[in-house]
Amino acid sequence: MSGFGALFRREVASYFTTPLALVFLIVFLVLSSIFTFYVGNFFLRGQADLQPFFTFHPWLYLFLAPALGMRLWAEERRSGTLELLMTLPVTPWAAVAAKFMAAWSIAGLALLLTMPLWITVTYLGDPDHGVIFASYLGSFLMLGSYLAIGSFASALTRNQVLAFVGGASLSFLFTVSGLPLVIGAFESWAPQPLLSLLDTMSLLKHFIAIQRGVFDLRDVIYFAAVILSFLGATHVVITAGKTR
Amino acid sequence: MTGLISAQNLTKRYDGKTVVDSLSMSVERGEVLGLLGPNGAGKSTTMKMLTGYLVPDEGSAFISGHDVIGAPIQARHVFGYLPEGAPAYADMAAGDFLSFVAAARGLSGAEKDEAITKAVSAVDIGGVLQQSIDTLSKGFARRVGLAQAILHDPDVLILDEPTDGLDPNQKHEVRQRILGMAEMNAILISTLILEEVDACCSRAIIIDHGRIVADGTPEALRAKSPLHGRVVVRAAVSESETLRPALSSMPQVKSIQERPCPSDQEAVEFILTNAGTGALLPLVNERLQEGNWPIEDLRVAEGRLEDVFRSLTTGDREEEEAA
Repeated sequence: MSGFGALFRREVASYFTTPLALVFLIVFLVLSSIFTFYVGNFFLRGQADLQPFFTFHPWLYLFLAPALGMRLWAEERRSGTLELLMTLPVTPWAAVAAKFMAAWSIAGLALLLTMPLWITVTYLGDPDHGVIFASYLGSFLMLGSYLAIGSFASALTRNQVLAFVGGASLSFLFTVSGLPLVIGAFESWAPQPLLSLLDTMSLLKHFIAIQRGVFDLRDVIYFAAVILSFLGATHVVITAGKTR
Repeated sequence: MTGLISAQNLTKRYDGKTVVDSLSMSVERGEVLGLLGPNGAGKSTTMKMLTGYLVPDEGSAFISGHDVIGAPIQARHVFGYLPEGAPAYADMAAGDFLSFVAAARGLSGAEKDEAITKAVSAVDIGGVLQQSIDTLSKGFARRVGLAQAILHDPDVLILDEPTDGLDPNQKHEVRQRILGMAEMNAILISTLILEEVDACCSRAIIIDHGRIVADGTPEALRAKSPLHGRVVVRAAVSESETLRPALSSMPQVKSIQERPCPSDQEAVEFILTNAGTGALLPLVNERLQEGNWPIEDLRVAEGRLEDVFRSLTTGDREEEEAA
């Protein structure tokens, strides 16, 4: 993976030369606090766990992750630097991975900054640390999946707004596909394999499974598969969609 | 294959339209090859294929013997490329940008610092390294692009319209830099500016509709001009009546054309076309001395590149428009 390090460092640094990373961190922390304390009734529940905090993560990521991923490739296309990048002695895979890892690191940092919540519940009661740890890991993997989807959407266009809308829409599909609402709409006519595919495809379902503290390897494999597929799709788009 | 840059039958089509049509070329070390052609002739597409950014529909390209599609990483290590418009990460400081490119090229430590220092001094951008690229003037931004291309001391430089959009002073600056690099490298530059070919190129290729229509030294290309090789005689208007028959009676003069002198109202110019293949000027000179005509100027007309360019690249375009 020649050039991975250089690309990764540049990408992370570029998140901080614009206020994007800072805004992301602040919005994430403020919103997750609001959801946890006001919507999720963290104190009124009287339970020493972080369930109200994690429950809202998929919905929060739904628009925060595409915002973090939208400029990854779209900006390279718009400014013409894609041509520069793709003619440096760097493999396209290294570029795809470096950009994705940079975005995932920023997102991971945001998650890391919510650790005081864990400390708070530990102080207030006697939470199940295994469940909390699993939930954090699940949340991080889900973030990665949304960012991989966002990276793919960004590779398709030179317009960051389109990348955001595309990324959010695609993420939405992957989030709700397992909900009873969606399954119900398909149940009457769709064949069984399609139904179970829709059900398995849902990021939400796998996240909820992990969040319950049941850390099944299949859920981890699912997230890894989503991430790798969309990074693979990103690779296909940036190498095949070479424009004049 | 020969040459540091070598292309065989490169072909690229978009939506059934052939943009580059079976184009072959070769550039040796020490050569600066100018790629000339009207907008849309396929210059940029050719360069994008030579650098492996675009995959040709047919044909192949080699840089220092490395297939740009088959062995892209090896090929990319030995060329430096300035894409059209010198794209760069606008939010980065110039110095950070060069540092990034050096790192991406696998340079590190003292080797990297040395490479950056060398490139920075070669294009003279030491004063703006701390400035972010979007605040630089066009001339400096272009030089940062050049520095990026020469960082790793490449054997081959491919520069797509390096002086486009610059003012005459900046153009001169950039050309001087390119000339300074010419000795050790094979350089390919594309341009719309014909004077640039005279200023920096040892050879030029004119392409039109993706095909090579002329290939040679700037002098050889000029020789293709319809004006080339004609002898111009300038004399006072009062002399023209006697001078004209004297010149036109010479067997070596195929035709004679008279026109008022553009710079002097009191003078006329006779333009003589050569009937044979030998030099016409000495014969005309002899004749003038015999008759002891007081002439003001006697010279051989040099063809202009512009005429060659126009005659080679506009013909079938008009045809196309008519059709």
